[in-house]
Amino acid sequence: MNSAQIIQYCLSGITVGSIYAIVAIGFNIIYNTTGIINFAQGEFLIVGAMMAVSLTKVVPLPVAIGLAVVITTVLGGLVEVVFIRRVRDASVLRLIVITIGVSILIREAMLHIWDEKVRSLPYFTGTDVSTISVMGAHISPQVLWVLGVSAVIVTGLTLFFRFTLIGRAMRACADDRMAARLCGINDRWMVTLSFMLSAGIGAIAGCVISPVTQTQYDMGAPLAIKGFTVAILGGLGNSIAAIAAGLILGLLEVLMMSQFQAAYKEAVSIVVLLLILVFRPSGLFARRDLSSLRAF
Amino acid sequence: MDEAFLETKKLHRFFGGLHAVNDVSFAVRRDTITALIGPNGAGKTTLFNLIAGTIPPHGGEVHFGGRPITGWKPHAIASRGIARTFQTTKLFLQMTVLENVMVGRHPRTRSGFVAGMLNLPWTWREHAEIEAKAMAILEDLGLSQYAGQTAANLPFGRQRVVEFARALATEPTLLLLDEPAAGLNIYETQELSELILRIRDRGVTCLVVEHDMSLVMNISDDVVVLDQGQKIAEGPPRTIQRHPDVIRIYLGENHVEDPQS
Amino acid sequence: MGGRRYIPIIVATLLIVAGQPVLWAIARPYYMTQITMSAYYALVVIGLCLLMGYAGQVSLGHAGFFAIGGYTSAVLTTCNLLARQNEVPITCFRSLGLLVERQDLYGQAMLCFSPWAAFVAALLLTAGIAFLIGLPVIRLKGHYLAMATLGFGLIIYRIVLGAPVFGQADGISNVPPFELFAGLEVNGRPPYRVQNYYIAWAAVLAAMLLAINLVHSRVGRALRSIHQNEEAAHSLGVNTFQYKLSTFVLSAVFAAVGGALLTHYNGSIGPSEVTVMKSVRYVSIVAVGGMANLWGALVMAIALNVLSLRGNFGTYDDAVFGMILIVIMLFAPQGLLRMPNLRWISTWFSRRSYG
Repeated sequence: MNSAQIIQYCLSGITVGSIYAIVAIGFNIIYNTTGIINFAQGEFLIVGAMMAVSLTKVVPLPVAIGLAVVITTVLGGLVEVVFIRRVRDASVLRLIVITIGVSILIREAMLHIWDEKVRSLPYFTGTDVSTISVMGAHISPQVLWVLGVSAVIVTGLTLFFRFTLIGRAMRACADDRMAARLCGINDRWMVTLSFMLSAGIGAIAGCVISPVTQTQYDMGAPLAIKGFTVAILGGLGNSIAAIAAGLILGLLEVLMMSQFQAAYKEAVSIVVLLLILVFRPSGLFARRDLSSLRAF
Repeated sequence: MDEAFLETKKLHRFFGGLHAVNDVSFAVRRDTITALIGPNGAGKTTLFNLIAGTIPPHGGEVHFGGRPITGWKPHAIASRGIARTFQTTKLFLQMTVLENVMVGRHPRTRSGFVAGMLNLPWTWREHAEIEAKAMAILEDLGLSQYAGQTAANLPFGRQRVVEFARALATEPTLLLLDEPAAGLNIYETQELSELILRIRDRGVTCLVVEHDMSLVMNISDDVVVLDQGQKIAEGPPRTIQRHPDVIRIYLGENHVEDPQS
Repeated sequence: MGGRRYIPIIVATLLIVAGQPVLWAIARPYYMTQITMSAYYALVVIGLCLLMGYAGQVSLGHAGFFAIGGYTSAVLTTCNLLARQNEVPITCFRSLGLLVERQDLYGQAMLCFSPWAAFVAALLLTAGIAFLIGLPVIRLKGHYLAMATLGFGLIIYRIVLGAPVFGQADGISNVPPFELFAGLEVNGRPPYRVQNYYIAWAAVLAAMLLAINLVHSRVGRALRSIHQNEEAAHSLGVNTFQYKLSTFVLSAVFAAVGGALLTHYNGSIGPSEVTVMKSVRYVSIVAVGGMANLWGALVMAIALNVLSLRGNFGTYDDAVFGMILIVIMLFAPQGLLRMPNLRWISTWFSRRSYG
């Protein structure tokens, strides 16, 4: 393997890795405010991409993507208002089952609204054959889009949570729901907002990755598994670590693909998930004895 | 002094950077009531959890009946004869009071998965024994009229006693009581202290974490004082009451009298 | 002892025996096929009900155990060992009576494992895998356990899809019938319909009997205590880990029995049995039945599977199960039969005299 190939592999690993990281951040946003793992997280990406594909037939690409993101954001809010809000103090088992149900419903709805066909958005710049040369490696410009958008999302979220009033209120809710409520923060609205936010960034991620990986109604579940693997790898709730973990998983997948059959690519993340759950459920970067103090 | 029945040797436990239990060595004599006191956050409950096996120690040893039980799992420790109650009662709320106590018979009975699935005749006899023993304990503690009630429906004070009954059903030789008087009124506390004394007189050694000083001073034979994870005093109640360090942590510097006076 | 708990079993037996001629009389013999298949799926549900409802542990990977049972049976009874019949392990198996000679569809001679040997091997293998998986996984709680079991199910799915020995996307077909005793065989062909209706239901009733006995035993009490307060149960001498693990293995074996028998009945098994959606379906049936309610789970398993197999849900099959999950969890987390205006059914059925 020459250096150009290595760069090629690394870049494609980083590309998928950054998408996994964004799915993981979606998990984390909801987990932090509610303690719920939203099994429907992967569906948000697919809904966003599907919606954008359909809208490109009537409006230009940027508008289509913008609309798709807005609609998915609203959908995320609706999921919370309709399904999650009613079961405030439910057992973990009940919440798991409800979000699984939601993911099935969204997936089946997509199957009936669109169909089983594989679709994709057009490349944002250039076509599927245009390449940019980076240190001897040929990469698609869409890869740069994915990396750029991911970076923007992460930076935007960091600024949002650190400097805006709403972002701070959400962090307060994550820290101590009761105390936040006593300070006059509307915690219900914050939970709704967290669902909207993670649906929205999911939709953006779904759109930028669509030209590369293409989109099909049932691709949400595998994405969710990978996103969850990354979230656990980084330590549930820790979004900065999730980025590192996403890149690790992405690179690992590409490495495995270069060595073994592509058919087993899916198995890589599951094996990583099982290993991490068994050996370090608090994540690669966390201190074990501290996180064992958490409720679960 | 008698041979120690329960003994901890240089126990340590950390939570992150917090040294929750720091080099604690103490002993409990057989057939006595020993009280473990100290201000909030002194490490009393952590020490309890170390003895009961809920969390492993980061250093040191626990000996029970002359043999080490350090690092054993709670179920193994329960089978050896240490039973416990919890600071906030942990009953099986959807089960009846009788069933709660029947679970307590678990370490003294043996029918397993296969026998249970096949409903073998010898398990019937065991079941009858479990029920009879559990019922006898309930009667002894004056709870028999609640036997068929769901535990969640009992008033708080009764739930405490059910937890006692459940712990006694394991036939312990050492009973760990974590703040048994918390949330009880003075009449209930009075009843409770009589109950603890009765249990001790039947040969069950008791180790009690308690905030209620009158209860501690009335019933205990020995008192161990913890502060910030360390043992600062140990002895009979009379001595402890006059111990300057104890007075200081409970009442503040100004109340320490000149030991000569 | 505890005779009252057997009343529903007797009632169920009478219903089953009465149901057969009724179905036959209203000229719906092919309904019987669907009910028979549902009965095998019900075995999975009964096991999962023990794990989820009583021990309080979720598993999103039970389709994996069903598949291990089914695929092991299928592989062992369809692999032709004739070419290697003189090699040492094969001759050993032969002298132990584990092999049978038969002819395939085209009249070719075959030497395979007998269905009994394959069945026992399938159960042992499932128990072994469940034990090895459970060893690390059952220590996890809540979301972590759900995800880990889901991951296990996905790995089995990937293996089945990827490995040629399991027929990849086509699965394994031409699995021979399973002769239990002389004249009694698990066989899906029309002449065997009545016989198989009774075989499947006998298996279900046996499973129910074992499960009900277990729930009412010392072990059942310990399991419920773990479910309600694990720390307290542990402090009372219940080896919580061992009990959860044993229940996990037990429920996996129930699933494998269902998988193996259904494979012989259908004569085939394919990857569609191993999807995550199948696992989710089993979970939703247990949830609808009321979690800790074996009879509720059984009734729902039969009802929903028959409707699903008959194609009553059309292309909305998965959506129906998703909807059921959500509606039940939102409005009736105690299960359909515990809803206020349906409660008489459950009091009649379950009579919770756990003594």
